[in-house]
Amino acid sequence: MSTVLTPGISSTDAGVMINDFSLQIATANGSGSQTANNVLLRSIFRMGVPVSGKNLFPSNIQGLPTWFTIRANKDGWIARKRELDVLVLMNPETAADDVREARSGACVIHEKKLGVEKLRDDLRFYPVPFSELVMKVPLPPEQAKLRRLIVNMIYVGVVAGLMDIDPTEIEASIAKQLHGKKRAIDLNLAAVKAGLNYAVWTFPEKLAYRVERMNATAGKLIIDGNAAAALGCLFGGATVCTWYPITPSSSLCESFIEFCAEHRIDRATGRSTAAIVQAEDEIAAIGMVIGAGWVGARSFTATSGPGISLMSEFLGLGYFAEIPAVVFDVQRVGPSTGLPTRTMQGDILLCYYNSHGDSRHPILFPATPEECFTMAQEALDLAERLQTPVFVLMDLDLGMNNWMSDPFPYPHKPFDRGKVLDAEGVRRLEGSWGRYKDVDGDGIPWRTLPGTPSPEAAYFTRGTGHTPMATYSEKPGDWVQNLDRLARKFETGRTLVPKPIFFDRPGATDGILAFGTSHHGTLEAQDRLEREFGLVLDYLRVRALPFGEEVKEWISRHEKVYIVEQNRDGQMATVLKDEMPEFASRFVSVVQYNGLPLDATTVAEGVLSDRGKEERP
Amino acid sequence: MSATLPVGPRTNRIGLTKAGYEGGKSTLCLGCGHDVVTKQIINAFYEMGIEPHRVVKLSGIGCSSKTPAYFLNRAWGFNAVHGRMPSVATGAILANPELIGIGVSGDGDTASIGIGQFVHLVRRNIPLVYIVENNGVYGLTKGQFSATADTGSVLKGGAVNELLPIDLCGLSIELGCGFVARSFSGDMKQLQAILQAALSHRGTAVIDVISPCVTFNDHEGSTKSYRYAKDHEEPLHDIGFVPYFDDTLAEIPPGEVKEVAFPDGSLVRFHTVGRDYDPTNKDRVLEVLHESRKAKEFLTGILYLEPEKPDFARILNTIEEPLSHLGEDRARPSREALESILESYR
Repeated sequence: MSTVLTPGISSTDAGVMINDFSLQIATANGSGSQTANNVLLRSIFRMGVPVSGKNLFPSNIQGLPTWFTIRANKDGWIARKRELDVLVLMNPETAADDVREARSGACVIHEKKLGVEKLRDDLRFYPVPFSELVMKVPLPPEQAKLRRLIVNMIYVGVVAGLMDIDPTEIEASIAKQLHGKKRAIDLNLAAVKAGLNYAVWTFPEKLAYRVERMNATAGKLIIDGNAAAALGCLFGGATVCTWYPITPSSSLCESFIEFCAEHRIDRATGRSTAAIVQAEDEIAAIGMVIGAGWVGARSFTATSGPGISLMSEFLGLGYFAEIPAVVFDVQRVGPSTGLPTRTMQGDILLCYYNSHGDSRHPILFPATPEECFTMAQEALDLAERLQTPVFVLMDLDLGMNNWMSDPFPYPHKPFDRGKVLDAEGVRRLEGSWGRYKDVDGDGIPWRTLPGTPSPEAAYFTRGTGHTPMATYSEKPGDWVQNLDRLARKFETGRTLVPKPIFFDRPGATDGILAFGTSHHGTLEAQDRLEREFGLVLDYLRVRALPFGEEVKEWISRHEKVYIVEQNRDGQMATVLKDEMPEFASRFVSVVQYNGLPLDATTVAEGVLSDRGKEERP
Repeated sequence: MSATLPVGPRTNRIGLTKAGYEGGKSTLCLGCGHDVVTKQIINAFYEMGIEPHRVVKLSGIGCSSKTPAYFLNRAWGFNAVHGRMPSVATGAILANPELIGIGVSGDGDTASIGIGQFVHLVRRNIPLVYIVENNGVYGLTKGQFSATADTGSVLKGGAVNELLPIDLCGLSIELGCGFVARSFSGDMKQLQAILQAALSHRGTAVIDVISPCVTFNDHEGSTKSYRYAKDHEEPLHDIGFVPYFDDTLAEIPPGEVKEVAFPDGSLVRFHTVGRDYDPTNKDRVLEVLHESRKAKEFLTGILYLEPEKPDFARILNTIEEPLSHLGEDRARPSREALESILESYR
């Protein structure tokens, strides 16, 4: 490690919070702050402290306000924290509002000329002349334009100096972030040093929030859910990927493209073992997935809510004609264009009951990047096992933010290709094979793949009524028989989807139920409710729809169940009430729908406000 | 006593009789032009000696889209959603390039609801014989205008179409399609030669077949009636198609003959009728097409050919075997690969 950076002063102050804070950096979109923010995140991670980063960005390429929140927590809580402890204000447009909304006692590092210290007297202000400091960073005249970007590295230095982030880790993080490009690294380090030196020589004391080395991140990764899901598809044997760009899902397919360029090149021919198509729209994207799934390829597309709306007709066909397909829905705020760069769990009903008529689809809910990886593979297996479209419901928070994650396990099972008959299999059945016959009693028929060399293997795939032998039929009896079998197949699916995870505590009579990214705030709230309010609750994390028997059994054991989700109308609660009407009176919704990742305080407040009601005479 | 060998049914080069290429009974109106097209499709696959199990036959929604059920029972049918057959065909053929694709669509399915997918199919040059059974009218919903209805054509109820029609052949040529043809369901010989040539083409082959609707659009005043089509069809050339496995001479005598070879060795021989026509000269082709439109004629024949154009799988550089059948050995990277990827996130 070189010693370009000088270590910070040591901390001895009392009342200092170690490894437990939330830091928010306010900049303008397109100002190049992302690298700086990720350097801070990674440096804390490298010091062994559990950390998470949330990027709150506008639907804009340059100019609109953006905030990046880093939470470090020694106990491993990585949900967004609503209460901000440290603010870094670089954006004149939002500085006044950011100061007005800060909680009392927060520390504010700000561009000196913003003059925000006059606005409040209950905050601690750390004015830094960033625009002057950046002029002193030595730069050849032809690179003067870079000052706009490297000013961000000055706040990295200031934060490092005031919060005890080890400069050697900053240096290592910069090297990683900039892929070892020496000139860029040196330039950025010079800016970091300018900030760090200014902080150390100017401010008599450091912040009350500091980082201290611990050992809770060894072996872990920092990765976004979209990249993790793309890796799941890579190792899950996906060979066809189609997509239409839409925030926040685009980087899932873009990551898949990158991974395939390196890991899916056929050794003998130098050609690709994956076909990746940027389609003309989401309708075409799902059409291609269905065409590929029909001939037997493990295929997927990734989109967000508006894309699902467009795909609905095809998804109904996929359900009814029984064609495997995997659809990642990285949810964002709707309805309509909504808040395209904010997060929501708003597509549960849209996906579960997608398309017209009687249709219903399995949904998997990953909560972590590791689950994005494993569930992508499970979805590809399930789609082929059940011969139906399967959704993986992620959200912007999971898909686009950087998460600390356990390393991903190498898959130990072979691909499940489901019930597929080859030419020999068809021949052995001596003419009795029927594409939609339920021979095993599980509702899942046997299929053949186009191209199977047999005069008896072909069949006609259609969205109109058909018999077990796949012939056209408008007879009421045939229709009912087929729909009933599809319902039976869905019941089989109930036993095959990922099981829920129990976080039960001794003595609880009530429980919380959550799913997907609501997990992190909920788990923390469960802990806080017991520690701070003596309220002991069990917690069940649902990982899929349809619910398995375990979910029903768990609910039956609880007098009251809080359903935590990130939408206004309590969509998961709606499904629960529909499928378990006998327990409908037990469900209480706790919701957040402001576009921000769910935080523990919101969950705890929701639960407590309900208890308050209960205690009234 | 002279012994005669028992005469079995005629078979093609792979030993199948024509019955092996037939399909279910048509449920279209009696005398529908689409049934004539179906019959020529059966003949073309039979004559070419294509194994039915290698064929995927796809369609959208509409009268024309019902027809894949009426040919090649031993091939794999797929009725997609309205106007979206191209995307299903794209996925299927990319996933398994060994399949031989034929798509049947109508003017509503292609030129109205499906024009976006049609355009992008052609743009990607997906290997697919794409037949538009074009009657200028929506049959299955009882006779509304489609986007190929000619200006001034009149519905049974008296409504007049004031909008310009979309010329699918002109559009396809502009989009760079490597095989564009137009025919008429009343001209079986020409349609047969075009279909066989299209089946040899590795890329999208668009065939616009004027196929009058006997129920809703076959009356005085309709420009897509049998009588109008018969009177205004102007063949560009006689076409002879010589498949790669057939070394007999085409029936067209030498003279004003132009030959175009496909990569598989097949030949299309054009004997021009009345004018000097070169189906590989794009500028000239478009000019002739514009002239015929002005004269309110249906120009028929193979309008444009560019057989060497790379298809989409070649552009994507995917392997030649079916992606659909890859197992863990080829489609799951190693444990070491996962480790090295994960390391980059530490």
